[in-house]
Amino acid sequence: MMAERKIRVLVAKPGLDGHDRGAKVVARALMDAGMEVIYIGLRQTPKQIVNAALQENVDVIGLSILSGAHDSLFPKIMGLLREKKLDDVLVVAGGIIPEEDVPELKRIGVAEIFGPGADTNDIVQFIKGNVKV
Amino acid sequence: MLDGDEIKRIQEKVADWDKKTQGQLAKFPERRKEFVNTSGIPIRRLYTPVDLESFSYLNELGLPGEYPFTRGVQGTMFRGRYWTMRQYAGFATAEETNKRYRYLLGAGQTGLSVAFDLPTQIGYDSDHEMAEGEVGKVGVAIDSIEDMAVLFDGIPLDKVTTSMTINSPASILLAMYIKVAERQGVKPDNLGGTVQNDILKEYSSRGTYIFPPKPSMRIITDIFAFCTKETPKWNMISISGYHMREAGCTAVQEVAFTLANAVAYVKAAVDAGLDVDEFAGRLSFFFNSHLDFLEEVAKFRAARRIWARIMRERFGAKKPASWTLRFHTQTAGCSLTAQQPEINIVRTAMECMAAVLGGTNSLHTNSYDEALALPSEKSVQIALRTQQIVANESGICDTVDPLAGSYYVESLTNEIEKRAMDYIGKIDQMGGSPAAIEQGYIQKEIQESAYRYQKEIERKERIIVGLNQYQSEQERPKGLLRVDPIVREHQIDKLKKLKAGRDGGAVRNSLERLKKAAQGTENLMPPILEAVGVKATLGEICDTLRSVFGEYQAHQTI
Repeated sequence: MMAERKIRVLVAKPGLDGHDRGAKVVARALMDAGMEVIYIGLRQTPKQIVNAALQENVDVIGLSILSGAHDSLFPKIMGLLREKKLDDVLVVAGGIIPEEDVPELKRIGVAEIFGPGADTNDIVQFIKGNVKV
Repeated sequence: MLDGDEIKRIQEKVADWDKKTQGQLAKFPERRKEFVNTSGIPIRRLYTPVDLESFSYLNELGLPGEYPFTRGVQGTMFRGRYWTMRQYAGFATAEETNKRYRYLLGAGQTGLSVAFDLPTQIGYDSDHEMAEGEVGKVGVAIDSIEDMAVLFDGIPLDKVTTSMTINSPASILLAMYIKVAERQGVKPDNLGGTVQNDILKEYSSRGTYIFPPKPSMRIITDIFAFCTKETPKWNMISISGYHMREAGCTAVQEVAFTLANAVAYVKAAVDAGLDVDEFAGRLSFFFNSHLDFLEEVAKFRAARRIWARIMRERFGAKKPASWTLRFHTQTAGCSLTAQQPEINIVRTAMECMAAVLGGTNSLHTNSYDEALALPSEKSVQIALRTQQIVANESGICDTVDPLAGSYYVESLTNEIEKRAMDYIGKIDQMGGSPAAIEQGYIQKEIQESAYRYQKEIERKERIIVGLNQYQSEQERPKGLLRVDPIVREHQIDKLKKLKAGRDGGAVRNSLERLKKAAQGTENLMPPILEAVGVKATLGEICDTLRSVFGEYQAHQTI
């Protein structure tokens, strides 16, 4: 039997805020759940994120942002992903994202938003259930 | 504290009581098998004089305002005057934030605390491409001295003290503040306040670094040298554990990593030729007040004692002012829940009381809606009122350090000191905190603690009301504050006008002079003051320094 390919996840912080507790806790939980995690850290531009996703051949991108810049950065990231034909990559996000922004983010292709207090097991389950490997 | 016979009698009594209690456990089991606090300190069922058998009152506690300052840095503490009530605030433009400051001062706040937006903190003007989506979001956008003048319009800088949460560009914002005060006719030696200016915790937890560690430490010691001479009432650094705690470390780690960073700053200043007694009295600190009430009280008391000992014994400081750890506290943002946000008011009130019983010198209480957005005017008012209730109604301010002598609190204070000193010793062996950060040690310690805490919540070993127990469906609060993206357009317009109306030659010359100073060893403050004065922008000044110092590249750890 062939070994199952591990789910590859890119975790990044777009924007300028340095709050990486959530990103790192989630990254660690995904690793514990058997996924391969590439964490590229703070202050990542949309271009850097999409390039990293391409190079690392990931199945999932996890974005964490607490500064409020999601409304201008997420559309750029999603646009670049489409441009690079990475539409099949599952994009999930977390941080401080107001509830009223969620419908628009889902419309542009962000699969799910995990706010403060989210359980890492739910995040793992969501990724396993929705990733296209 | 007690004579030997008395201790012996208590020991026997306690042994009997222990046996009796053990016998009852089968029938009346305790809630948990083991009680351990967030720092990993096991908590005993009962504390008695036996736990403080070798305790020396005079060595461990002393009197308020006296070495080792466990009981507080002033003789009368809150009987004299309350702590400074200082709410961290700032958003959108200088005009809007100025309005919020006037509102807060009108509501009885006694000091200002400036939140800058992220581009300002990372040294980008509002028109920089990296500033997209960020202008005015988590704080006020300041591009030049003109924004700073608007920010403090109508606020007399000789009457209020101002704390500025600014690190990498601290020298630039301090220069702007001095220049704005000058316009008001206030001299630098009359200015009171603080710049955070603590780069080490930016590398380990907060993330708003610009330059690599070496030039960053030089910028800091330049500020020390400048402030010691020119602004004697100004706190030239606020050495911060707050953000490391928010990033997930424990109470013990917070004390240890903060004081290890403080040791690094003192060393750097002494190595740069400053006399420890000339600057040590202007060092200030910043801690978190988290949920575990008594652990927090003990933490503050332990921190004061450790610092006094480090300064006297290790650095040989002679002045009592050099031994005192004066600190600001903020209640724990990370303890707030997005679920049932109103109950955060209660959490904040407890954390506020812990800070006061720990003898804080200044305090910010969080607003209940901060897990969701920037605080609204209503929620900020409740937060400030919380401090006012604790001050005026609770009675805990009427005697100094009322929890001293509690068997538990003193045992915990001792244990926190011991464990923090173990960490500091370990960090010393690694070559001090800059080396420990470079090796990723501090980051890893913080991450481990954060992960453990999260898992405890998910396994329900730690109950957070409204989050993993006692949940109830609730509507999200309305009226959350939202910053209009138009703010960036306004800032860009202002920048265009500024650049059209200033003396371009003077700006170029001042930046050239700054570049030369950065390449050499001259103190950077005078050329920065000059550049700010001729209306060079924050981004231009930072770019000049970037061209000499380069930028820090973080290596990632998970």
